[in-house]
Amino acid sequence: MAIQAGSFRTLELTDVGRSFGGHNALTDLNLTIRAGEFIALLGPSGCGKSTALNCLAGLLPLTHGTIRIDDERIDTLPAEKRGFGMVFQNYALFPHLSVEKNVAFGLQMRNVPKAELKKRVAEAIALVKLEDHARKLPGQLSGGQQQRVAIARAIVLEPRLVLMDEPLSNLDAKLRLDMRTEIRRIHQNLGLTTVYVTHDQEEALSMADRLVVLREGRVQQVGSPEEVHTSPVNWHVADFMGYRNMLDLEVASADADRVVVAGSGLRLRATAVERVAVGDKVRLAMRPEDVRIAPDGAAPAESIPATVAVVEYHGREFAVGVSTASGLTLHVRSDHAPQVGQEVALVVAPERALVFRSSLDAADLSEVERDLEEVRT
Amino acid sequence: MATIEKVETPEGTRRRVAAKPSTWVVWFLVAVFFVFLVGILSSVVVDSFAKQWFGTWLPPEFTADWYAAAWDRFDLTHVMGVTLLVAVAVVVLSVLIGVPAAYLLARRNFPGKRLITLLFLMPIIIPPITYGIPLATVMYNFGLGRTVLAVVLVNLVPSVPFVIMTMTPFIEQINPAIENAARMCGATMKDVFLRILAPLLIPGILAAAILVLVRTVGMFELTFLVSGPRSDTLVVAIYRAMTSAGGAEARQLVSSMAVLYTATMLVILVIALRFINPTQLVARVKDSSDD
Amino acid sequence: MSTVAPARTPGSRKDGRSTASLQHRLAERGIDRSLLMLLPAVLFTFALFVYPFAYGIGLTVQPNPDVVEKWGGGIFANYVAFFSDPFFRDSVWITMRLALPAALFNVLASVPVAFKLRGKFRGKRALTTLLVLPITLGTVLTAQGLLIFAGRQGWLNRFLMDVGLIQEPFQLVMNYTGVFLSLVISGFPFAFLLISSYLSGIDPSLEAAATTLGASWFQRFRRIILPLLAPGLATTFILTFVLAFSVFPSARLVGDATGETRVMALMAYRAFGEQIDYPMASTVAILMGVIELAVIALVLLWRSTFYKGSTGGKG
Repeated sequence: MAIQAGSFRTLELTDVGRSFGGHNALTDLNLTIRAGEFIALLGPSGCGKSTALNCLAGLLPLTHGTIRIDDERIDTLPAEKRGFGMVFQNYALFPHLSVEKNVAFGLQMRNVPKAELKKRVAEAIALVKLEDHARKLPGQLSGGQQQRVAIARAIVLEPRLVLMDEPLSNLDAKLRLDMRTEIRRIHQNLGLTTVYVTHDQEEALSMADRLVVLREGRVQQVGSPEEVHTSPVNWHVADFMGYRNMLDLEVASADADRVVVAGSGLRLRATAVERVAVGDKVRLAMRPEDVRIAPDGAAPAESIPATVAVVEYHGREFAVGVSTASGLTLHVRSDHAPQVGQEVALVVAPERALVFRSSLDAADLSEVERDLEEVRT
Repeated sequence: MATIEKVETPEGTRRRVAAKPSTWVVWFLVAVFFVFLVGILSSVVVDSFAKQWFGTWLPPEFTADWYAAAWDRFDLTHVMGVTLLVAVAVVVLSVLIGVPAAYLLARRNFPGKRLITLLFLMPIIIPPITYGIPLATVMYNFGLGRTVLAVVLVNLVPSVPFVIMTMTPFIEQINPAIENAARMCGATMKDVFLRILAPLLIPGILAAAILVLVRTVGMFELTFLVSGPRSDTLVVAIYRAMTSAGGAEARQLVSSMAVLYTATMLVILVIALRFINPTQLVARVKDSSDD
Repeated sequence: MSTVAPARTPGSRKDGRSTASLQHRLAERGIDRSLLMLLPAVLFTFALFVYPFAYGIGLTVQPNPDVVEKWGGGIFANYVAFFSDPFFRDSVWITMRLALPAALFNVLASVPVAFKLRGKFRGKRALTTLLVLPITLGTVLTAQGLLIFAGRQGWLNRFLMDVGLIQEPFQLVMNYTGVFLSLVISGFPFAFLLISSYLSGIDPSLEAAATTLGASWFQRFRRIILPLLAPGLATTFILTFVLAFSVFPSARLVGDATGETRVMALMAYRAFGEQIDYPMASTVAILMGVIELAVIALVLLWRSTFYKGSTGGKG
């Protein structure tokens, strides 16, 4: 493979921040990206992930902070001088240029000799399997094909870093899965360093080496997909990572790492993620797939009694909505279809029921950050 | 009309009776307007070919001599040449000055943007005479009076803002991500402009250019204030012929010039309508999705 | 973000902002090199619009000696002359009497026509193209055509007399009517095209919704269309008024240039081209602008009482 990633050791973002007219879209982003890594910036819309990507690309000026590659400071360079490649959400293909010319554009900007240009364009087009469409205009291609052109256009430059801004969000579900694999394949083949922005947690988990979860412009958690998936650091991350059942309860007793939480007629053993004390108001988070309906007749201790309200068929198993006596709604999974109205007992392993402090904002900030917060408001 | 009425009056006959008079009034208005329009146009054409026309339905004898006479009498070769030169110069200059400004106004926010937009809008809102007279005075002071250069400069005053106002919506239609994509490919601002924006903006520039052309050829007030015998455009030459001291020129001479003028405009407009929607001649481009 | 940050957090993070380069901080406020693209247009506007305009205003307070002698008023002699001399003063009224009704007529006549012709029907493009035709005529040919067509011996009077509708030919040119007709012929298509485009910007489903709620034809027009169209009507009125207000060639060619169509533009040109009194010419010209802007301001004030949001579609 002739296309290769430009090389560096580390890319370092220090205290990167960006505000729009007094509103902080991104605050104090500190992140070190190692060469060859696939990083996903993950969060709901408006969390600052696209702002972060655009700041990295040079399309948005920083309000504060620095970006360095090895020891070279790059946040003062204009976008066109940073040597990054970018794939945009709506592809942003040049509508008046053919596929070939779209891909060749960046090479022309770098005055690459004609023969080499032809060779590299052909390779990039082959890599995304678009040989048959090279002479078509973007308007004549399907969404998935346009996406491939956008990827080819970004990687043909052998960029030091590839930035992807929700590249799959405009594709239909099946195509999205195919392209996921495709992007991952290209990343691994070429050893590209990639920063990938998405709001789809499944996408992030399946593709990235490391995840950065953002909320309201602040980093919540940085970690491997497994870390973020199984041990979210606060209930916001948990909420975003698919812990759909969130119950507001109180701590009844606490020892080393197991706590008992109670309230609304429930009493459960669970795992405390953050430090909590007896009497604290807490949030209990559980994934629907971790909460099971106990087999008929068996009603183990510490199960939750509930009534089946809704049953949906989800292929291999059933998604069941239940309500407890006190009116709480829970989402659970079951491998058989219960009857609506049926009384059931729900069980959950204590290590899969996570307990978080319900108020996190002020408590979560370090002392310095709290100082800054005061100044800002 | 019948189909439209059906849509608007679902319960049929009762409403249709009520809607009828209004329909008649509308068609009567349109008809009267077209009677005047066709009447005006054809009387000038008939007159220009009449040897003499006085007190009859149609002239007794037809001739094309007036065209030759007008051409010699008013040196129309020169007048046409000036008109063309002025029009082309104004189009080129106003596009060169106006398009970059329109781009910036469409894409960017900067301190004083509202003020500058207002400044660009003023020459379109204020009557031409209001700024034309002080401008002409300045031109005469600088010794530019009655020159072709002065005619070009005064015509630029409303044309540049016009290009800016016409181009802004065209530019807003282009997804800014395309420019970002080009920059991420390493294109400098100049490359973005020449290789990405210019090709995409060709239709808009064409529309703006043709509109400026039509307006410049038709512009009377401003040209009249600074032009002299050797720098008159066609429309000013016709006016001077109609009002020349010591009794106007023969009516047929003026008519034949007027027909030449309309024919010129018609050619431009026929070309223009291949590229643009009639509505755009007066309004800002807003019905690109009108289908 | 506030300026007290360094004082409040000594040492720890006071350089939080200054780590970004100056270039970035300027760019943040929208100031960078690309602003240079605005430069030609700004320079041009200052050289050919702002400077002459300011110069013209300066001229108005440097009256010619004979004007000062006749009217007094020192440096304001031109203004004194304008408002004291009925020859000048009346031209304001004459201009208004022509421009306001003409603009109003063009707008009001366009509304029902645009309303009837909206939607798709065969020949629509042909019709709109025909309506653009008057733009090719220009004021001068319109004037010439009116003189011939609507003159005492023209086809119009001849037809009306032959049919027996009138005994004597109508006096339609060389007076107020002539200029009014010329303003309608050039202004009506303009108003029609503008209003059509505003009307097409109103989402048809709004009207359909009103119909399902039981609104009659008139109620739909009065309660839905008109409020949404009102800002467009105001804009159209302003633009046609601007055209009519600066009427000049037709006032001379098909009007009565010394009598009932002695409009301000003619007065200004007379002072400029015939009396070579540049200060007086500038005075009339500037006052023309002031009066026109006053009318526009009134219309905008009226418009601001209407709904200002989007019209539910493009528009």
